[in-house]
Amino acid sequence: MPRRDDIHKILLLGSGPIVIGQACEFDYSGAQACKALREEGYEVVLVNSNPATIMTDPSMADRTYIEPLTWEVVEKIIEREKPDALLPTLGGQTALNLAMALDHHGVLAKHGVEMIAAKADVIDKAESRERFKAAMGKIGLDVCRGETVTTVDRAREVLETIGLPAVVRPSFTMGGSGSSIAYNRAEYEQLVRNGLEASPTSEVLVEESIIGWKEYEMEVMRDADDNVVIICAIENFDPMGVHTGDSITVAPAQTLSDKEYQRMRDASLAVIREIGVETGGSNIQFAINPDDGRMIVIEMNPRVSRSSALASKATGFPIAKIAAKLAIGYRLHELPNDITRVTTACFEPSIDYVVTKIPRFAFEKFPEADATLTTQMKSVGETMAIGGTFKESFQKALRGLEVGAFGFGCDTKDLWYGPNGEPGADRPSADEIEAKLTVPTAERVWHLRYAFKSGMTAGEIFQLTKIDPWFLDQLQQIVETEEELRAAATGEPPTSVGGGASQPPTTNVAGSPSLGALSDSLLWKAKRYGFSDRQLATIFGRSEMEVRRDREARGVKPVYKSVDTCAAEFEAQTPYFYSTYWGTEDETPAKNAPASPRRQSGVEPATTTKPGSTPTTNVAGSPTKRVVILGGGPNRIGQGIEFDYCCCHASYALRELGIESVMVNSNPETVSTDYDTSDLLFFEPLTVEDVMNVCERVEADGVIVQFGGQTPLNLARALQDAGLPIIGTAVDAIEAAEDREKFSALVDRLGLRQPDSGIARTPAQAREIAERIGFPVLVRPSFVLGGRAMEICYDKSQLDRYVAAAFIAAQGQPVLIDCFLESATEVDVDAICDGETVIVPGIMEHIEEAGVHSGDSACAIPAYSLTAAMQAEIREATDKLARELGVRGLMNVQFAVVDECDPASSSTTVWTNPVLYLIEVNPRASRTVPFVAKATGMPVAKIAAKVMAGVSLKEQGVTEDPKPQHVSVKEAVFPFVKFRGIDIVLGPEMRSTGEVMGISPSFAMAFAKSQLAAGTVLPLQGNVFLSFAPRHKQRGIELAKRLFARGYGILATPGTCDALAAIGVTATRVNKLTQGRPNLLDYLAEENVALVMNTPIGKGARTDEGKIRAAATSAGVPVLTTIEAAEAAVTAMETLASSEMQVESLQERFSQ
Amino acid sequence: MPQPAKLALEDGTVFTGNSIGAPGETDGEVCFNTSMTGYQEVLTDPSYHGQIVTMTYPMIGNYGASDADAESSKPQVAGFVVRENSRLASNFRSEQSLGDYLKHHGVVAIDGIDTRALVRRLRSTGALRGVLSTTDLNDDSLVAKAKASPGLVGRDLVSEVTPQESLAWSQPLSAWTNLDGSGDSASGEGPHVVALDFGMKWNIPRHFAGRGCRVTVVPGATSAADILAREPDGVFLSNGPGDPEPVGYAIGTVRELVGQKPIFGICLGHQLLSLACGAKTYKMKFGHRGANHPVQDLTTGKVEITCQNHGFAVDPESLPAELKVTHRSLNDDSVEGVSHTGSAKDGAPAFSVQYHPEASAGPHDSHYLFERFMAAIRG
Repeated sequence: MPRRDDIHKILLLGSGPIVIGQACEFDYSGAQACKALREEGYEVVLVNSNPATIMTDPSMADRTYIEPLTWEVVEKIIEREKPDALLPTLGGQTALNLAMALDHHGVLAKHGVEMIAAKADVIDKAESRERFKAAMGKIGLDVCRGETVTTVDRAREVLETIGLPAVVRPSFTMGGSGSSIAYNRAEYEQLVRNGLEASPTSEVLVEESIIGWKEYEMEVMRDADDNVVIICAIENFDPMGVHTGDSITVAPAQTLSDKEYQRMRDASLAVIREIGVETGGSNIQFAINPDDGRMIVIEMNPRVSRSSALASKATGFPIAKIAAKLAIGYRLHELPNDITRVTTACFEPSIDYVVTKIPRFAFEKFPEADATLTTQMKSVGETMAIGGTFKESFQKALRGLEVGAFGFGCDTKDLWYGPNGEPGADRPSADEIEAKLTVPTAERVWHLRYAFKSGMTAGEIFQLTKIDPWFLDQLQQIVETEEELRAAATGEPPTSVGGGASQPPTTNVAGSPSLGALSDSLLWKAKRYGFSDRQLATIFGRSEMEVRRDREARGVKPVYKSVDTCAAEFEAQTPYFYSTYWGTEDETPAKNAPASPRRQSGVEPATTTKPGSTPTTNVAGSPTKRVVILGGGPNRIGQGIEFDYCCCHASYALRELGIESVMVNSNPETVSTDYDTSDLLFFEPLTVEDVMNVCERVEADGVIVQFGGQTPLNLARALQDAGLPIIGTAVDAIEAAEDREKFSALVDRLGLRQPDSGIARTPAQAREIAERIGFPVLVRPSFVLGGRAMEICYDKSQLDRYVAAAFIAAQGQPVLIDCFLESATEVDVDAICDGETVIVPGIMEHIEEAGVHSGDSACAIPAYSLTAAMQAEIREATDKLARELGVRGLMNVQFAVVDECDPASSSTTVWTNPVLYLIEVNPRASRTVPFVAKATGMPVAKIAAKVMAGVSLKEQGVTEDPKPQHVSVKEAVFPFVKFRGIDIVLGPEMRSTGEVMGISPSFAMAFAKSQLAAGTVLPLQGNVFLSFAPRHKQRGIELAKRLFARGYGILATPGTCDALAAIGVTATRVNKLTQGRPNLLDYLAEENVALVMNTPIGKGARTDEGKIRAAATSAGVPVLTTIEAAEAAVTAMETLASSEMQVESLQERFSQ
Repeated sequence: MPQPAKLALEDGTVFTGNSIGAPGETDGEVCFNTSMTGYQEVLTDPSYHGQIVTMTYPMIGNYGASDADAESSKPQVAGFVVRENSRLASNFRSEQSLGDYLKHHGVVAIDGIDTRALVRRLRSTGALRGVLSTTDLNDDSLVAKAKASPGLVGRDLVSEVTPQESLAWSQPLSAWTNLDGSGDSASGEGPHVVALDFGMKWNIPRHFAGRGCRVTVVPGATSAADILAREPDGVFLSNGPGDPEPVGYAIGTVRELVGQKPIFGICLGHQLLSLACGAKTYKMKFGHRGANHPVQDLTTGKVEITCQNHGFAVDPESLPAELKVTHRSLNDDSVEGVSHTGSAKDGAPAFSVQYHPEASAGPHDSHYLFERFMAAIRG
């Protein structure tokens, strides 16, 4: 069956902001879907609230709506666009839920929109627990045995079928009191009783415990003709009990015999058919009892998922693209396999390598959060590695995590050893190790090694962790090899590991640690087991570069092999590679050979190069030049999709210039690791060793370090020292901007102003500086992104506390102490400079005052309160900085505008000129680049990449700052609901995971949209609780007055009530938590609060106000914690009451 | 310490790794299999007789070995090549490690080599003869031996693996085969199937037995008269090793049987049926060996993912009028199944497939073919 021609216009829903559980993978899948549908000639209407995505680039869809993802807003879009069909399966759970809401409210029926790929009833059948269970029963598949009970008696009966241990989970509890495990009857009945008590519906789910079972995922594709294939089987290293997103996972499945695997395959086919997903990809999760092989179906996602993205990257099979094509009628065998080109998409990939994914967590940002890994996902990103064997891929993945580890121990993060190989000061005790193994956390993986090092056997470790013995044996082999290496380094016989017999000593030369004592065969073995040069350097007491030189001199080098979907059975046309030491044959296309076959992409991003312009440097100009772009690695707070967006644009820019773009990245969620984004893709960890290997292999003519966030910048110096050609802004200039002393001199030269500051190399120095410049001060480690360990200190005791943490985070680098400018307006500026011209595409005015991390602040383009004169001053300062620093490419500057009292004036009430302070300059792509691009319509990152490749702004025809006709507001999105009970107050340490954007002709409406998109539903009526810090009292009372006038009920604490009464505002008195009840928590529980405005005096989950904020967040009540946001919100609420929210596509906005 | 082992190809390539099986030396045609699971089923598949099999998946031995996974009485490969053999077997079904299993059965095997480089060589040059040795580690000597290896073309390998005696088969399918556990009760009260064993995988008679059939397994050289004397309701032609053309006795037998009794052939059996009807076979460049091969059933349009193991194929140009192509490979369009139309005569139906519907190892998508045979028997 060819494509359907009864539909022409397709509505595609995105997944909104990056949150825990929904990250870049849906930009990847959505972007693939846009391309796939457009190359088939369909008109694509895209809705997504996330401006940081590639999919929302105006060139990706015919109509792009950056609008809130609510059914009401999408209905407006449907009314305008009148699409024929809605494709709901490529935008994560958000899109699925939104499609269901549209269906539920009759919008689809009313406008005649057909849901394709999966109908509403199918989605419901997959997602409804009861219907799913019934469906599985119908096809003879086991599900987790259990029942929702309402009495202890019934629970007692159910126990007969589920057995002990049993899981008890109260239903619909607020604050997420989770599940507990009962190990005996008495405990079971007690937990059921407690649960019935806790549940508002007096319901408790009791289930058999499958914790510790093996966990698997199957990625399944089905076409309209009922052809079904399995794309990938993924095995979780961490057994059941840890969310698959938080588990280390491995592809393909490792410990299943063919009999078991085929049964799981049969079950997967049966599930997708019974549930009835018409076309596309689904993800089905299974648990298997390791003792007898009993298989249970856990759940099914009737859509493309995070695991689909992983499976796509792991196998080379583009699940999202094929899913989109199946949705419009094609059958699997009618679609080509892009990678082989001679075969079809109807097959099951066979892979000849091992893939390991390791999640990355951000608990350091949420010290109050429970760091135990459970069935609630908590990781913020992931890295994937491909290796010739499991051991190689596992160690590659560990170094790809970018947490300071360079493999499975033997690095500076290794607690087992001190700097000189002596026992480490913090070497964990046997008890600590046991505890860390028993309770899964992000740290467990490291403790598996400590367990082996401490003499535990694999059997003992299995008992504590239930990690499959096969995986444990693999880890044991790595540790045994470590012992062999240490023996070679010291001349001692190797220590036995895991209780096994001592190994025969390898030949080594007695004497001082020397690489000479390392035999070629042991070196090969170590590299094949995934050991990095850095680990070898640590073991042998040498520098990484010494190890590298010695290794290369011995000819021990990696080869690059293709990811080809077919285990080399057919020739691969797609240049997607990984390194391995398991090889004698390299498959990287030679430079200057006929270029790798370029993909014929249906939708090439529009070029901004003016015809006739000629590149000027030696990089551009020749079609056989190669430029390497270093990606951002795993997502983390402070470094995520925004940088991947920039890297993709760098690649598009290079390809437009006829330069071969070479992407290096380790993040499987991203568009940058899609095989058709760049000419060559290397799925590798972003370390000096791995990047140098790639650059040498491809004979790079240039390396771009500016676009991937802090990750590549941290490598820049080492890469340059190793002789690699870094293009764009010089490494010296990047460092000069980070170097406080050099930078202060430069600021003085330019006649700019900076807050008083100092650099502390010791805590004592930090105290001295703080006393000199006066409190409050801002404390932060240098060379760290995302405001890690950054804090505002108002006094000495606070300073002492935070300085210690800052020095730890700084990892040997100094700590910066700045005078903190209170009540300042913060401004973020993105600029491009080619040495000749400076363009300033975005001057963003923050809504929250200085002190809230720029990544966590809402901000607006254009500035909404700064005077034209101030904006001109900012522009001029930016221009000067760019030229003085020698920026070639992007630069981000942070300013603060402070209304200062004129010292000449005698009266303290006379406020005069706003004064501009320079806070920070970063000569690289910033987090705000995609937002600026969407707000202005200027492809900022692409232009900058071309500048770096030597094409001047003038040659690109870019000589003027964009002047947008509408207001764009960016709002941050936080993961607070995932970390229950923590205080949500914003500070200088960034904690948001994602962002949304609201666009409107007016600031108020743009702000309202941004809030709605971020999930902060500003109420049109109801009760608003107000509580402000003393310094905000006056402004707060003003807000209460406005809300009262609009008919909102006001809730306030006694003191505030009195103040309000004095100006004629009637408020309901709500006790403070310490003053008795009913207090605000009771109002929240009774759902009597629509909005909370609370600016903090103190911080922390233990404070009263911290509890209020946490409780409101748990209850899903929006909380505004800054006075500026509260003011903007009240203005927005007034606007919402008087005018309708309008929607408009980017294409329409920018054609005006 | 691991013992060294070497694999030499006739083109002069030599791979050095470690011995993971029995000591010794073996030669044969070197081929590769892309299944990611099912190494023990591969090892024991008699169709691999005379071949040194390379697994493309790098981690082999992870789940050990068990009697229940054997497809014949012992490993049949000439030699075995993997990237990394697992020293530990982790699975509740495992009875011994793969290394012990190989040693116990005297299989010469190697790990620690760049299997992908080997596969790419075989892909580009076509199947090559090779020698795998733990006793002779001299490259020149090994390459000379590889060149002297007889290869597969023109040899009757069936005679080396076919049973000497006939037997009544009663073992049913394993409980793992069907999700609902069906097909595991062998009543033996159904139709009588006589299976010509040219090196048959055990899962085939299990399928017949699992469908209630009385199954008699007879040697590959059994004459048509002997077969008919057993009064079969259907005749099955099994898979087997090597080149079908030299197996002239079997081709003659099949020619006599076509039209007399319903016939179902798998793999070599498919080639023999085709040859018996006048078609030709040819040696493929490197064959089809794996568990991910898409095949389209031209009678329904449906695609099935199949398990395959063949180095020879039926030439579509040579098909006589009475043989109709029923299945095609979606990878290379080669013939994957034929059906005998019986011309004008209303003779008994005969059909065959190039791939392995009995799976083991491999997907179960093609079990329906056994039902088709049952239907043909029932008329």
